[in-house]
Formats: sequence, structure tokens, C-alpha cells
Amino acid sequence: MGEVIVITSGKGGVGKTTTTANIGTGLAKLNKKVVLIDTDIGLRNLDVVMGLENRIVYNLVDVIEGNCRPKQAMIKDKRYSNLFLLPSAQTRDKTSVKPEQMKELVDDLREEFDYVLLDCPAGIEQGFKNAIAGADRALIVTTPEVSAIRDADRIIGLLEAAEVHKIDLIVNRIRMDMVKRGDMMSVEDVLDILAIDLIGVVPDDEAIVIATNEGEPLVGKDCRAGRAYENICRRVLGEEVPVLKFEDEGFFKKLMNLIKRGY
Amino acid sequence: MGFMDTFFRKKSSGNTAKERLKFVLVSDRANCSPETMEQIKNDIIAVISKYMEIDTQGLDIQITQTESEGGNGNVPAIYANIPIKELKKGRK
Repeated sequence: MGEVIVITSGKGGVGKTTTTANIGTGLAKLNKKVVLIDTDIGLRNLDVVMGLENRIVYNLVDVIEGNCRPKQAMIKDKRYSNLFLLPSAQTRDKTSVKPEQMKELVDDLREEFDYVLLDCPAGIEQGFKNAIAGADRALIVTTPEVSAIRDADRIIGLLEAAEVHKIDLIVNRIRMDMVKRGDMMSVEDVLDILAIDLIGVVPDDEAIVIATNEGEPLVGKDCRAGRAYENICRRVLGEEVPVLKFEDEGFFKKLMNLIKRGY
Repeated sequence: MGFMDTFFRKKSSGNTAKERLKFVLVSDRANCSPETMEQIKNDIIAVISKYMEIDTQGLDIQITQTESEGGNGNVPAIYANIPIKELKKGRK
């Protein structure tokens, strides 16, 4: 029986969709059968991050309303044949789906897949309630900012109230140079405040913007964020993987970076 | 950042962020709605006004953290700053 994981954050724009795309792709790369569900009804995004926007026929609401079978709505990924996307509906709203219906759907899907990943919308209203309804565990994405961490704290409370007790944290978009200078909260600071388990740290990396532009998840690619996502996937599977030390770039690489940036 | 700033720098912004966040979370977690805070504020005004004239406009109450006297680290506390206009001349 597969595991159902919701990727959530409270605040918008911290990287939930990018995280879902990369963890999903990473798990598929590790030979797991994975389905990604975009639960953000009305604001469909995961399809473009995955580069599958041109293949959508049916969507999540069609499945819930019985207009089609889940199989018909699921899009097979371009790169991995064991990775599927169930896209969200663009012209409907969050009230089109009820938490009980979502729970029924994911319980159905977990029979067939190793991992069901739910990309949660921002906010704590209906869309959030739908997304967490059938989840066994949650990955909370936050950035080292006051607003994002405050929202994450609220989300942790709501998840616990909803009986989701396996909660892990991903600190996204960290900039080690700023942490060193004291101008950004460190991973330790964030953990100190939120007091939950850390499952990964993703550095702020230009490669993410480029990958998203191209609709290609970057997990496994030779860049720092790509390696970070790959490690998170292995930790999701239960492996012990040490957290990358992003500041440990050699002198030469630093010099190359300076030249590349043009100063 | 200039050379002098490196030496005469105030608290780093990362620490400022952490401190601000701690304060915000204390009141968030205490689950105290703005309405409840308003009620507490009005009750305090009513009680204190029996004995002295206070500046109700300048009154400020908030939930914060404070060093525990028993040495248990930081504990939540209600902090109230109540400016007194004039002590009532009741006793003569």
C-alpha cells in the first residue's frame, strides 16, 4: 500500500509546486510508482512546472464528479513511465471538491501507487482541507523569512489537529552567504522555532528558475538544488543521508562563480 | 556594507527576524484573537480607572515572552503599558 504525502506551506510562493515536481520526479527516478495530484483548483500550476500542460484532457474535478476514470485523467510523464500527473481544473473553484471525496480518491490511488503526492494550495481554507484529508504525512516547505515561518507554524498546528502527525520540514531558498553574514535566519534558527524534524535544505539556485522556464524538474542534475532534492527523496524512502553543506565550495569554484556573475 | 559598518554594526537582521518571529508566534500560539485582546484591554481600563486617570489612547497591551523568575527560560507574559494621567485625589 502506497504512502500519501501532502506538500504544504500556508504561505504562497515558497516553492510547494517546485518541491512537489522535484520530489515526485526524484522518487520516480528511484523506481517508485508515483502520482502527483495538483489540488489547487482554479490555479493550475503543477502541469507547467512538469512541462505537461499540452497533454491535459480531463482533470481532478472530472474524476471526482465521475465524468471520467482516474486512469483517463492521469498524464504519463515525458521522462519516466512510472510517474503520473493528475492535473487540477482551471475553470472551477475549491468548493467543487469535498475532503471526503479527496480521501476516497487517494485511498483508491494508494492501492496502485507507491507514492501519492498532493500539491496543496496556499492558505488554510477549503483547498488546504481537501489536500490534507487523505494524507498520511506532510512535508512543510518554508523559506527563512518571518512571514513564511509564521504560516508554517500555523499549518503545523492545523495538521496536528487533523491527526497528521508525521510532519517534516524543508527549508527552501536558503542563501548560505547571507546566513554567514547574519542577514538570514539559519536552518538551526528555523528548527529552533518550529521544533519539527528536518528532511531537507534546498539552496536558492538559479538553476531552479531555468528548469521551471523549460518545464523540466532538475532533480538529479548536477546543481546544488538538484542534489538537495535527490537527497530529500532518499530520506523520504527512509535512508539516512547527511544534509549538504552548501557553503563548502572550494576556492576555485568560488572564483569561477565570481567571474560568471561578472564581479 | 562599508568598512566602518562591519565594526559598528547593530544587531544582524537575521537575529532581528528571529526575535520578531518569536514574539509573533507567542501570541499566535496563545490563540488570542484581536477581539479577546480588545476585551482584556477594556477590562483593564475599567479596573484601573477606578483608582487613577489613565491615558486610554496610549495604552498598549500585548502577549510577549519574558525571562522566567524560576529560571525555566522564557515564558509567555501579558505586557501592559498604561500611562497614568493623574492620580485621583481621593485620599486627603
